[in-house]
Amino acid sequence: MKKIFGKSRLWLNKPQPYCPGCGHGLVHRIVCELLEEMGLADNCVFMAPVGCSILAYSFLDLDVCQPAHGRTPAAATGVKRARPDTFVVCYQGDGDLAAIGTAEIIHAANRGENFTTIFVNNAVYGMTGGQMAPTTLLGQKTETSPEGRSLSAGMGHPIRVCELLQSLGGVAYLARTSVHTPGNVIKAKKAMKKAFEIQMAGKGFSLVEVLSPCPVNWKLLPQEALAYIENNMIPYYPLGEFKTP
Amino acid sequence: MEHKVLIAGFGGQGVIVTGTLLAHAAMYAGKNTTFYPAYGIAMRGGMANCTVVVSDEEIGSPVVAHPTVLIVMNTESLDYFLPRVEEGTIVVVNASLVNKEADRNDVRPVYVRANDIANEYGDSRMANMAMLGGMIKATGMLPLESVHETMKKILTGKLAHMLKPNQEVLRKGFDSVK
Amino acid sequence: MAERVLMKGNEVIGEAAIRAGLTCYFGYPITPQNELTAYMAKHMLAKGRTFIQAESEIAAINMVYGASSAGARAMTSSSSPGISLKQEGISYLVGAQLPAVIVNIVRGGPGLGNISVSQSDYFQSVKGGGHGDYRMVVYAPSNLQEAADLTVKAFDTADAYRNPVLVLGDAILGQMMEPVVFKDIAHRTFDKSWTLGGKRNGRPANLVNSLSLEEGVIENWNWEFRLKYESMKKNELMFETLYCDDADLIIVAFGTTARICKAVVARARAQGLKVGLVRPITVWPFPYKALNDIGRKTGEFLVVEMNLGQMIEDVRLALPDACRIHFHGRPGGGVPEERDIFEIIDHVLVKNKKGAITTRGTFINWEIS
Repeated sequence: MKKIFGKSRLWLNKPQPYCPGCGHGLVHRIVCELLEEMGLADNCVFMAPVGCSILAYSFLDLDVCQPAHGRTPAAATGVKRARPDTFVVCYQGDGDLAAIGTAEIIHAANRGENFTTIFVNNAVYGMTGGQMAPTTLLGQKTETSPEGRSLSAGMGHPIRVCELLQSLGGVAYLARTSVHTPGNVIKAKKAMKKAFEIQMAGKGFSLVEVLSPCPVNWKLLPQEALAYIENNMIPYYPLGEFKTP
Repeated sequence: MEHKVLIAGFGGQGVIVTGTLLAHAAMYAGKNTTFYPAYGIAMRGGMANCTVVVSDEEIGSPVVAHPTVLIVMNTESLDYFLPRVEEGTIVVVNASLVNKEADRNDVRPVYVRANDIANEYGDSRMANMAMLGGMIKATGMLPLESVHETMKKILTGKLAHMLKPNQEVLRKGFDSVK
Repeated sequence: MAERVLMKGNEVIGEAAIRAGLTCYFGYPITPQNELTAYMAKHMLAKGRTFIQAESEIAAINMVYGASSAGARAMTSSSSPGISLKQEGISYLVGAQLPAVIVNIVRGGPGLGNISVSQSDYFQSVKGGGHGDYRMVVYAPSNLQEAADLTVKAFDTADAYRNPVLVLGDAILGQMMEPVVFKDIAHRTFDKSWTLGGKRNGRPANLVNSLSLEEGVIENWNWEFRLKYESMKKNELMFETLYCDDADLIIVAFGTTARICKAVVARARAQGLKVGLVRPITVWPFPYKALNDIGRKTGEFLVVEMNLGQMIEDVRLALPDACRIHFHGRPGGGVPEERDIFEIIDHVLVKNKKGAITTRGTFINWEIS
């Protein structure tokens, strides 16, 4: 029988920690496929975050650096400056990148650090059990916004990261994608490929945001979570390219 | 023998330059030496000071609470530091700018018309060198020649044209003290 | 022999680090260590090495984490408030077994404090300023020659143990100038097969990490780390003793304070007073055993620090119970004066403990309370 599809060799046959319906698996798959297809795996350093994907090192066959919460862009700066011949992929969630690590992502982007950040936005803190994230939508209920995120209660607005980084001179590529339909998965892969090519060409900082479902912490069924992205997230977080070289 | 020198004046009067030159000269003369500046916020108010220790022995604190030599470039520095120094301190006063005497019986005042000497050589900014020359004479801390030699090592390249007049001013300050 | 050069302490440390093979420096401005960052900006970039003025001290220490992960000799420097911000990063460096050199040019605290000299970060430096149960070698240079030599040594120590090393200076050390000689360095090589750079040439993937959620793993790591700490205690301990054999009173001091005390010892000896000195050069590891041995022969000790009394707790721990320990401290920017220290010696040894001592910051027969 002819094999027409298989998982990337970079994804080891080991237990992975994600909940049913989680989007991280899809994003990992795209990253692994691209690294393999583009021949980048053997000089890749994968920069993990603190968040649900913290255990990525346990099932990815890649050199992995696991820094402190939010500091991934700073540590990636260190890796890339020390070894400019490496291919550096940062993988960060919304709490890591847009709350505790806001300063680090803005300044790494502004310096034009030549690495690629995959920013998984599922609008909630997953690992710690469903608390409000900087990207949590208004009205969205979480453990720390039990009545829904509220401006009048002083919880602030959901942060649009691509729009925030758009004005920075060091940024070469910015795109927002989603993995809630097969068509969007393909588009996300295309955007990441473009970002990787930009890093290979040494053009500067690239970031691809991925809207990703978290059914468990959204307290929805997996299919409902996909619809939530379509109906609730995309209207606030429009998809597309925000900056190209 | 250990000399503890405190140099004080306005920012721009060359207080730090004088201190580093003295420390360099002491080093080239084979002495132990330390230089310690007032820094940061302490230098924002327009006043500058630094301390230089020159010794034949291992030096303890580079911070000088009780100098053996006080160099004051302006009146404000004299007013501030004179009451604080101990009996026997050599007080070198820039008599061109300080229009009063070091009014204590138990210190050893030395007056150098530093700005006037520097002006003779065309630039009042060299007044600090006249003060240094006067201090070297009054204390016998280092041979004048060793400071001259040190200037040759420091005033090079773009600064080379400044060597000769500075050496002259230093010597004139030295000679002005009896 | 190499030439004596007159340089500022902050620049001496920078130059020593460059000569030691530093390839990545990350800093953030803070007084009184600014000249070190400025020196690096000028000289690292000129040599084609990495210099970044980071967005914060936190970013700087995490850049060190990344650069060290990738096999670079990496360093950051700051002063007390900035070093507090780096504590998380230092803990991660230990946890992930990453070599790095951190320089603290200590200033007065707590809080924003001032920009004057202090030794108020002793506890933070030697007792684990960050979270977790860790140790690191802490060098406390006493003059600029030692600052140069120990900075060079710090890089080798860090690489040898795959552990961060702290150079504990102070504002006087950073701001003063003094002649130094940069000695020739015998460059050692270290195993870097664990570093990140891609699993090229078929080697298995490497991981730099301080996390495991599996049962017992972190406990095992801690026991393995302990072996390193024990080895550091055995092999890296450095201290100086002066006139301890016949002393009636021994001063214990480190860093800049120790050089001030040395001058006091010289003066006391000149006047026939039998005073000695113990100067820890590494404040971790600490010379507990040496002090204990000395304490069996001498009954009177004077600890001098630029703080409210921190190292004195280690001195108390080290000495036999029968020893009396006196303390003279200047916190928050004060500098101990030679004459004040001498007065205490005079009080203890000559005036035979009669009359009250009025020197501020002095505690006769200090006890843990």
